[in-house]
Amino acid sequence: MATPTQPTPAPGKKINRIGLEPIAYRGSKTTLCAGCGHNAITERIIDSFWELGISPDQVLKLSGIGCSSKSPAYFLNQSHGFNSVHGRMPSVATGAVVANRKMIAIGVSGDGDTGAIGIGQFVHLMRRNLPMVYIIEDNGCYGLTKGQFSPTADLGSKLKTGVINDLPPIDTCALAIELGASFVARSFSGDPKQLKAILKAALSHRGTAMIDVLSPCVTFNDHEGSTKSYSYAKDHEEPLSDVSFVPFFEDITIDYDPGTSTTVSLHDGSKIVLTKMTEDYNPTDRLLSLRMLRETAMRNEFATGILYVEPDKPDFIDLLGLVDEPLAHLDESRTRPGKAALDEIMESFR
Amino acid sequence: MSATDAAVQEVGLRPTTQRIVNDFAIQVATVNGSGSQTANLVLLRSIFQMGVPVSGKNMFPSNIAGLPTWYTIRASAKGYIGRKKEVDFLVAMNPETAREDVLTLPPGAAVVYDEPLKLNELRKDLVFYPVPFDKLMQPITSDAKLRRLVRNMVYDGVLSRLLSVDMGQMEKALKKQLGKKLKAIEMNMSALKAGYDYAEANFTKQDPFVVEPMNKTQGMILIEGNAAAAIGCMMAGVTVVAWYPITPSSSLPEALIDYLKKYRRDPESGKTTYAVVQAEDELAALGMVIGAGWAGARAMTSTAGPGVSLMAEFAGLGYYAEVPAVIFDIQRAGPSTGLPTRTGQQDILSTAVLSHGDTNHPLLLPSSVTECYTMAMEAFDLAEQLQQPIFVMSDLDLGMNTWMAHPFEYPTTPFKRGKRLDAETLKKLGQFGRYRDVDGDGIPYRSVPGDGMPSYFARGSGHNEQALYSERADDYTKNLDRLSRKFQTAKKMMPKPDVDMAAEGGIGLIAYGTTHWAIVESRDQLKAERGLQTSYLRLKAYPFGEEINDFIDRHDRVYVVEQNRDAQMLSLLRIDLTPARVLKLRSIRHYAGLPIDGRSVTTELLSQEGEPDLGPKVSSFGTVGAD
Repeated sequence: MATPTQPTPAPGKKINRIGLEPIAYRGSKTTLCAGCGHNAITERIIDSFWELGISPDQVLKLSGIGCSSKSPAYFLNQSHGFNSVHGRMPSVATGAVVANRKMIAIGVSGDGDTGAIGIGQFVHLMRRNLPMVYIIEDNGCYGLTKGQFSPTADLGSKLKTGVINDLPPIDTCALAIELGASFVARSFSGDPKQLKAILKAALSHRGTAMIDVLSPCVTFNDHEGSTKSYSYAKDHEEPLSDVSFVPFFEDITIDYDPGTSTTVSLHDGSKIVLTKMTEDYNPTDRLLSLRMLRETAMRNEFATGILYVEPDKPDFIDLLGLVDEPLAHLDESRTRPGKAALDEIMESFR
Repeated sequence: MSATDAAVQEVGLRPTTQRIVNDFAIQVATVNGSGSQTANLVLLRSIFQMGVPVSGKNMFPSNIAGLPTWYTIRASAKGYIGRKKEVDFLVAMNPETAREDVLTLPPGAAVVYDEPLKLNELRKDLVFYPVPFDKLMQPITSDAKLRRLVRNMVYDGVLSRLLSVDMGQMEKALKKQLGKKLKAIEMNMSALKAGYDYAEANFTKQDPFVVEPMNKTQGMILIEGNAAAAIGCMMAGVTVVAWYPITPSSSLPEALIDYLKKYRRDPESGKTTYAVVQAEDELAALGMVIGAGWAGARAMTSTAGPGVSLMAEFAGLGYYAEVPAVIFDIQRAGPSTGLPTRTGQQDILSTAVLSHGDTNHPLLLPSSVTECYTMAMEAFDLAEQLQQPIFVMSDLDLGMNTWMAHPFEYPTTPFKRGKRLDAETLKKLGQFGRYRDVDGDGIPYRSVPGDGMPSYFARGSGHNEQALYSERADDYTKNLDRLSRKFQTAKKMMPKPDVDMAAEGGIGLIAYGTTHWAIVESRDQLKAERGLQTSYLRLKAYPFGEEINDFIDRHDRVYVVEQNRDAQMLSLLRIDLTPARVLKLRSIRHYAGLPIDGRSVTTELLSQEGEPDLGPKVSSFGTVGAD
């Protein structure tokens, strides 16, 4: 992200650093249930893009299928959207980002879309470290098909019909860290401050930024006995650290007590400042991250915050060694070799 | 075969006076992983260099080492490069199959074999040339592994002598095959000479088969269809390739990777103007292609039947969201895993309607390596013009076997990028509607990220002209009707069939893909042996154009010849044609996993005409079915 010159704001108008009002970042009206955690996440996405001053036409927003995957229609109306097929958004995103490396990609998935039908593509997205923000709107159930268990449903949790889940949940964050993801975070849809800070840090990260956002399903999974309900999540959330994100174009004004915070620089010069709360937490230590996730899970708690980050890991575009211009925009003179090349090839077959 | 009198049991009994020049098939039976491919290609190339039309077909197992492999080289003065079913000259190197290989030969055939196999005891109507391969290899190298790999060159030496294949050409071909590996060339040359010298000292020519120089291959190349398609893709300016390894497709992306590395690096930065991603499966491969196509890149994948099945959901998304994509299907024998290393045309029907809902896909049907090259380029143009996935239906026979061709011509037409929105068009249209049919041809305008034009929301769910989510009945039906209109437009844009109207009022033949080569030969047989003229329409694409109606109207009966059990192309024709035209159609099908041959077509056609085939009678590898 470049540092633009600050435009002079028109009196009385709230605009960001590229001169756009928040409304330019909004989408169509949501069709999800009132009180759905996903809508809160949508709001934070809008805030984050606006505050960072990312031009909406530079954004690819992608999704699979499910309640979560409907949400890209509800933010960034001017962006390029692709609501693809169930569980396969990672491959569509991979093709699109490889085709146009200049675009900023955000993908929204759900716990079924990622953890069940899409687990294969999720695994390989994490391995490739494709530059994109990948959000799991995690409510532990299939909302759009009326409340069946998803692979992140807790062991022993109960459906409205009384059916008990007897399979252990997949911890998508631990899985992502294990697979080599370079930015792994967990947050809660009802924690706007933390979620926004994490989203902004994720947007400044180069590589796959995976964020599992606990997002209660008000219709099918917000009841007693569900660990993905509002009350449960509020009571059992264990923030690892108080996350602040300092964009590269802002002066660092927050004052931190030495010895109580960790600062991680992202590739573009921006910084994440993590204020330690409960323990001495270093998000760049993979083993520590995995151990902490296991321990909090055993206490039936969710560790939230930026769980793991590896800012300097080469991303997929680096590995491919592509030209700087988007591949999709190269014209014939760059992509059709001359006659001499064909002649040489033909000679090799004589 | 007319060499039935050459029944010789032992070498040196009865010299033949008959000569069959440049018209026979050599079959080499080996074990895969034994290094026989070098020897086989050297033999093929030597005959080719002598100006004699050749074709090489590998029948190999789905295995890395230790199972039987047969390689057939056909020399044909008349230029027939389809499969010839009957083997005239067998090189029996595989003890496991030698007995059956010999027992199935037509009378008069010749056999070069490893002496300890004692094959000469099996039949009295063949010519046998026993060669002590191990003994001949002893002085060449003491390394047991090298000896096993190089001993195949000994049979090349023996054949050089017996068939009069010029040793100078053998040496030239060997050098071409091995490149700069001097030590390997030296050792192979020693084996070649050992074979030649042994044959010269010990054998009197007993069989009628000889190679004589001609001038029918001058300036031509020998190439596999997959390599030809790869060259076409590069020349089409492909920028994103996503693939998953599968036989018989893998050699296409692998060849493409080699060419792209060499010819598609930015000269200044050394960076690439392409991306190749080996995906986690075929679903992801097509997903990446769809993502890249949506973003405006020329993107492709290559696969075979099982991969196409996995791609079904994304193929439907590409159709409905209207995203360009190029998919090569190098067809192999199914169903299911089937015979991964055998050929067929068995994916035609399922691919034409691949995916659920009402979905249709255009297919391109290459029949030659040249068309693998040209149709690769056409596929990228059509994908962008029609804004949908285009399938190029090659097959194992075309993709992995070696074919003669004239050198490919450099493309003279620029890329056709289809209806891309620009400022001028936008001004003319007033408002951008991604799925609005402004020209009446069913093809809307599209924008791509980063082109400065208005964005839109692509989706596989119901949408209106503005690309907004819609469940309205009128939006839905209107959109489906427009897609149907687009398919009608496609009919006019797909390559036209090749038509030879030699027998108006009589018998017509319809075929496509590699079946073409059997048709060429069968038509000549019918004419020469029975005085029966036939017309021929070779399909190059689906959906069909108007030409097919005209062709059927001008003939009394029309045989649709194809390499599958269920008459798949005939089924597609049944959907499109009027009942009166359908009544004229008959079916000839071949489904043995082996390429169709001309004689099988001739025999089956005559049988359906109520006449026996009095031409050369042969034992059958294949299975021919009739309606």
